[in-house]
Amino acid sequence: MPDRPSDTAGVITRDEVAHLAVLARIDLDDAELDHLAPQLSVILESVASIQGVAGDDVPPTSHPMPLTNVFREDVVEPSLTAEQALSGAPEAEEQRFAVPRILGDEQ
Amino acid sequence: MSWIEKDAAALTDALAAGEVTSVELTQAHLDRIAAVDGGERGVHAFLHVDAEGALTQAAESDARRAAGTPLSALDGVPIAVKDVLATTGLPTTCGSKILEGWVPPYDATVVARLKAAGLPILGKTNMDEFAMGSSTEHSAYGPTRNPWDLDRIPGGSGGGSAAAVASYEAPLALGTDTGGSIRQPGAVTGTVGVKPTYGAVSRYGLVALANSLDQVGPVTRTVLDSALLHEVIAGHDPRDSTSIDQPVPDVVAAARQGAAGDLTGVKVGVIAELAGEGWQDGVMARFRESVDAMVAAGAEVVEVSCPSFVHAMAAYYLILPAEASSNLAKFDAMRYGLRVLPEGVDSPSAEEVMRATRDAGFGDEVKRRIILGTYALSSGYYDAYYGQAQKVRTLISRDFEAAFEQVDVLLSPTAPTTAFKLGEKLDDPLAMYLNDLATIPANLAGVPGISVPCGLAEEDGLPVGLQILAPALADDRVYRVGAAAETLLTKALGGPLLDRAPTLTETGAGA
Repeated sequence: MPDRPSDTAGVITRDEVAHLAVLARIDLDDAELDHLAPQLSVILESVASIQGVAGDDVPPTSHPMPLTNVFREDVVEPSLTAEQALSGAPEAEEQRFAVPRILGDEQ
Repeated sequence: MSWIEKDAAALTDALAAGEVTSVELTQAHLDRIAAVDGGERGVHAFLHVDAEGALTQAAESDARRAAGTPLSALDGVPIAVKDVLATTGLPTTCGSKILEGWVPPYDATVVARLKAAGLPILGKTNMDEFAMGSSTEHSAYGPTRNPWDLDRIPGGSGGGSAAAVASYEAPLALGTDTGGSIRQPGAVTGTVGVKPTYGAVSRYGLVALANSLDQVGPVTRTVLDSALLHEVIAGHDPRDSTSIDQPVPDVVAAARQGAAGDLTGVKVGVIAELAGEGWQDGVMARFRESVDAMVAAGAEVVEVSCPSFVHAMAAYYLILPAEASSNLAKFDAMRYGLRVLPEGVDSPSAEEVMRATRDAGFGDEVKRRIILGTYALSSGYYDAYYGQAQKVRTLISRDFEAAFEQVDVLLSPTAPTTAFKLGEKLDDPLAMYLNDLATIPANLAGVPGISVPCGLAEEDGLPVGLQILAPALADDRVYRVGAAAETLLTKALGGPLLDRAPTLTETGAGA
């Protein structure tokens, strides 16, 4: 069995969790970070056992059934109306999704 | 026996014979829901009850029956639908605050098929948020209670659907199974649950947790009822590119054949790895009795080793969070669902709104898994974690292939323990994850599985489930062997296991 990467043996720091939360677009406050970081460490320690289990000769499986590309006939089918598509939107304007500003001050 | 206690097969006969109307049946189940689902000590299987819609659909069904034009055998038999399936006109929350009040503008294909077959939809059932959990305690709307003991979990994520059929609030329900969310609730509530072959039932309109693992399936009180429902929902759907374009096996005939209780010529394998430390004594005792009964009924039994199964849970808790973190990226506060503005920020950006919304809208377990998935997919760890998990998935499929060269079906207990107490594992994610030890391999490999009741554990008097797994596309086998196991248990007990469940006190608070 190959050695586990020594610096990543399942432990995740509070700072790393904070960084991942930014990547995942979730605001986590200090209390949440204190709560979640140790739990994530425990989970990662448990799944770390998987490292080195399968050798290079084992192909990865991304999907349980063998599949090829699936195509359909290029014909127009009914789809949602604009009203239906916007029916769950937090805010809509002129038949469009209304969103907060997408650029920062410096852009 | 009152109408609500009858199974769906009996109800189809009664409807066909004109002994009862769909309106009467639907009203009886709505009354039951009103009596036992609400209040502090209610079962709380439902997040939303659609009395008016269900009764309208029932009246239409009765009109079809009267005209001699029923849409299917199950026309008029009411059903409950897990809240992860899109339903036009009915809220679909996935047990999450982020989708509170969302009413989809389209039906999931399985829901459209229920409607096309004439089944009135009673309402939407409770679940762990986005199907992440084994107890329904991760629902943002409060847990469902196990009808066998209201202080215990009904399993998860589909605890609402299982509890609804176990408490006679619905004869049928739909569930979804990503790592055991149909089968494990079935086991701990003394009911039947089937995870079909991956791709056998359309996922269109199922709010995805992990696309390569999710599968919709039946939740019922008998194996034959599951087969009848399977027949309605299964089959190719051009709207799901992973849907299998092949005829559906005759699962109803298989269930009827199995119900004779004869297993002559059937080879069953007991999975060696799914036993030992952490497996409750009473669960193992009932499991061994079931296997012995199957042998007495003519089955040949061998022990089969699936050595890679010990890594299944680790692979699953890398693959699932990875897929889930990608899937749940769509909850961005822009097109549907919750939008929360960050406090104390003037003119917040879309990204700041998204971060605040996801913090407010997602519960702890969803946050844990999104962050875990983000970690597993990040560049420095991808090969060591996600890449390895995908390879282990190959090894698990190979274990199944090797096993099914020796035997027709594989057996294990469905879950390592009986229903635990509400709150007991809520903040201990790893302990919670262990509930799915036996059910996860089938999702990783895409094979079909069923959980059927196999008795009550001696130490706590709670239901135990027997899991039967078959090769991909051989869904009929799980029905045949499942029905046989059911017949053998019913004979041994002198009646269905569910007859031993305590009578629920009416809470009378309405749903």
